[in-house]
Amino acid sequence: MTTNLQQMPPLLEVRGLTKMFPATIALSEVDFSLRAGDVHVLVGENGAGKSTLIKLITGVHRKDGGTILLEGKEIDPRSPRHAQELGISTVYQEVNLIPTLSVAENIFLGRQPMRWGMINMRAVERQAKQLLQDFNVDIDVTRNLSSYSVAIQQIVAIVRGVSLSVKVLILDEPTSSLDHQEVEMLFSVIRSLQERGIGIILITHFLDQVYAIANRVTVLRNGKKINEHLISELPRVQLITEMLGKELTQDTHSRDDTSTSKNTNRVPFLKVNGFARKGTIEPFDLEIRQGEIVGLAGLLGSGRTEVAHLIFGIKQNDSGEAYVHGKPTTIKSPRQAIRHGFGLCPEDRKVEGIIGDLSVRENIILALQAKMGWFNYLSRQKQNELANDMIKALSIATPNAEKPVKELSGGNQQKVILARWLISNPDFLILDEPTRGIDVGAHAEIIQIIKRLADEGKAMLIISSELAEIVAYSDRVMILRDRKKVRELEGDDVNENTIMHAIAAD
Amino acid sequence: MNLERQQANVHRGGRGAFKTLTSVMLNSRLFWTGLALLIILLVNLQISPNFFEIRMVNDRLIGSIINILDNSAPYILLAIGMTLVIATKGIDLSVGAVMAICAAVAVTLIKQYEAGSTEFYVQPGFVILITIGVGAICGLWNGILIAFLNLQPIIATLILMVAGRGVAQLITNGQSPTFTNDTLAFVGRGVVWGVPFPIYIAFIALILITLLVRRTALGLLIESVGVNDRASYYAGIQANTIKVFVYVLSGVCAAIAGMIVAGEVKSADPHKAGLFSELDAILAVVIGGTSLLGGRFYLTLSVMGVLIIQSMLVGLYVSTLHPTTNLVVKAVVVLAVLLLQSPEFRRFITQPFRRLR
Repeated sequence: MTTNLQQMPPLLEVRGLTKMFPATIALSEVDFSLRAGDVHVLVGENGAGKSTLIKLITGVHRKDGGTILLEGKEIDPRSPRHAQELGISTVYQEVNLIPTLSVAENIFLGRQPMRWGMINMRAVERQAKQLLQDFNVDIDVTRNLSSYSVAIQQIVAIVRGVSLSVKVLILDEPTSSLDHQEVEMLFSVIRSLQERGIGIILITHFLDQVYAIANRVTVLRNGKKINEHLISELPRVQLITEMLGKELTQDTHSRDDTSTSKNTNRVPFLKVNGFARKGTIEPFDLEIRQGEIVGLAGLLGSGRTEVAHLIFGIKQNDSGEAYVHGKPTTIKSPRQAIRHGFGLCPEDRKVEGIIGDLSVRENIILALQAKMGWFNYLSRQKQNELANDMIKALSIATPNAEKPVKELSGGNQQKVILARWLISNPDFLILDEPTRGIDVGAHAEIIQIIKRLADEGKAMLIISSELAEIVAYSDRVMILRDRKKVRELEGDDVNENTIMHAIAAD
Repeated sequence: MNLERQQANVHRGGRGAFKTLTSVMLNSRLFWTGLALLIILLVNLQISPNFFEIRMVNDRLIGSIINILDNSAPYILLAIGMTLVIATKGIDLSVGAVMAICAAVAVTLIKQYEAGSTEFYVQPGFVILITIGVGAICGLWNGILIAFLNLQPIIATLILMVAGRGVAQLITNGQSPTFTNDTLAFVGRGVVWGVPFPIYIAFIALILITLLVRRTALGLLIESVGVNDRASYYAGIQANTIKVFVYVLSGVCAAIAGMIVAGEVKSADPHKAGLFSELDAILAVVIGGTSLLGGRFYLTLSVMGVLIIQSMLVGLYVSTLHPTTNLVVKAVVVLAVLLLQSPEFRRFITQPFRRLR
């Protein structure tokens, strides 16, 4: 292996790279090397230095020390554009293309083939189609980018990057909003890039994906390089240990069944019969008791979020009825749902969850304050108390309660939204993808919180794409396929295999 | 490990450190706006040496400062309403037209009273209440279009902006009626303890509305809706009710402003009353630092924004500059004020000096 290393000089090499921000060392003496045709994954918790490393390589920030070598020559990228000219392209999690232009226009934006001083649209479209077909992606390139899924948009961004004669392609959490099939599609694109000898740096939170696509892994922690491995020589437990810096308690056991069984005789907290909405979801029944966690599994687009929205009153059902504590109930708005003791942590934290510019404190007290009304204002002292208690209880990482919530990491934003509901002491919580896009440490903490809440007697409905996670905490699992409830699993049937089979239609 | 690190963070951040930090930030916002106002006042002093002079003539205070405050009063009312509207990520272009409608309503009713009508609704006290009610209805119209029919605020209020002056003309039959009634005139030209009455109205409105939004949860909920109305709705906030409320309040403010203007000149001019005043109100709000993207709002700073604009105008009038240059000078001064407040610009300006050190 060492001989191998010597034979092939690295495509991109970084030595002793250091970056200081006021009061913190974001990156300290990090070495990193990427060889042509490799998929090199950067892993680490939030704040480990992954983004900083990428930003130094792509010229978003300027380095404070160390050297960057591209094909053996030292480079000093001054801006993302300069980095791109050198052959280093980046595709971010949030695709930064123009949604209202066509796919073809996006790929050739700023360098369209011209004819007689005009953009040659035919050539643009023909070449765009060809580029995409090279990756076995066959779509109508004349349609607006926004009419395609995030996965396709990301592939378009990659194709745009690659067509700029790229040597190094950096993918920053490209998969965090993709479902299983879309990830596969993206990975096949990555593999064909590999075959062309492009070096790929990938940042991802999903360990399964690390093992599915990576050749090499570099683990960062607190701004330092911990280790570099060939993926084939790295057991999962070791990887997690290196990321977290401690042994992970492998707490993936199911919850005790006792809580469920002792509750079976009682009236369920929430019961819905034949709930449906045309074009959104077909009739389904659901019962949730106090202290019980019901998992909701299914592919993206199977109607999972729609179930949550119907129950929480964001959308109205056009048939079926709901019972809270056995009493018939209509829920026409989130406000009504909240009055009945419901709470919802939505899927899209940024758009539907946090109030970005407001402080952590204000975000936490918001739902309680809304419930109490305009004129029953919580005193500032009470607000501080509530917020600080929650910051402690959920260990929200923020210097203080007054920080704008948009400046926290995804995991901590999720905890703030959880805290928002917890202080109003709900009986029933709906969590839609509570762990999506969250680093490993916060992930484990949130699962602990979920279990604790159920033990405290809260009824919970949890939507998740991660089957292992659903299995770990659910008492029962409801499975959706094509906007229809297809099965409900209970007891020993709650395992990844059965769920997978139910989702896969057999 | 995570937990320890996070707790350490909480400790390091401490509450004391935070307080000084925000107070510095808030102070600086107040500081830069105040500095702009001060500079303009000092320039005015240069132009006319007796600028700060205030005399008592016939139990009435006379002086440029009093004039500025008196002229500012209707704009302060508009700016207060506009601040809350903008905080919800909205805008109200109709306030000038609503002023015209309300002036027309008030004067038309008061003329019936002067003509000897004994109906209860033409009694001066009722006229004032009815006029405020008309302003509220105009705001309600805007609010419903925006909150429940989901029209964009700029379009929804544009409708009333255009139609409003027509409505005002219909009310007055295309005339500019004049009146003599003292009660209505008092709203615009009364004097209490030597100080013009509109100044009282403006500052009482500022105090009452500040109390209303800051001593209740309303301010927080308005900011929340302005930053993210969808997430606010999901958190159980009645986002639509709040939107309607701020437009109604803006309408009421415009109604009072309309009566001040009508009272001042004892007449209602459907064409000219409040013309372009919505733009000055928006400008004042922006000078005060409330973002057009919604969210955090600053009522007192909006009022300072009005004072900046009015001081500048008074300065222009007393200066020897030809009146034709007024609008251009106004634009340049506004630009300078906004640049002064921009941290990016300040950094840009101070950078060469820092390098010298």
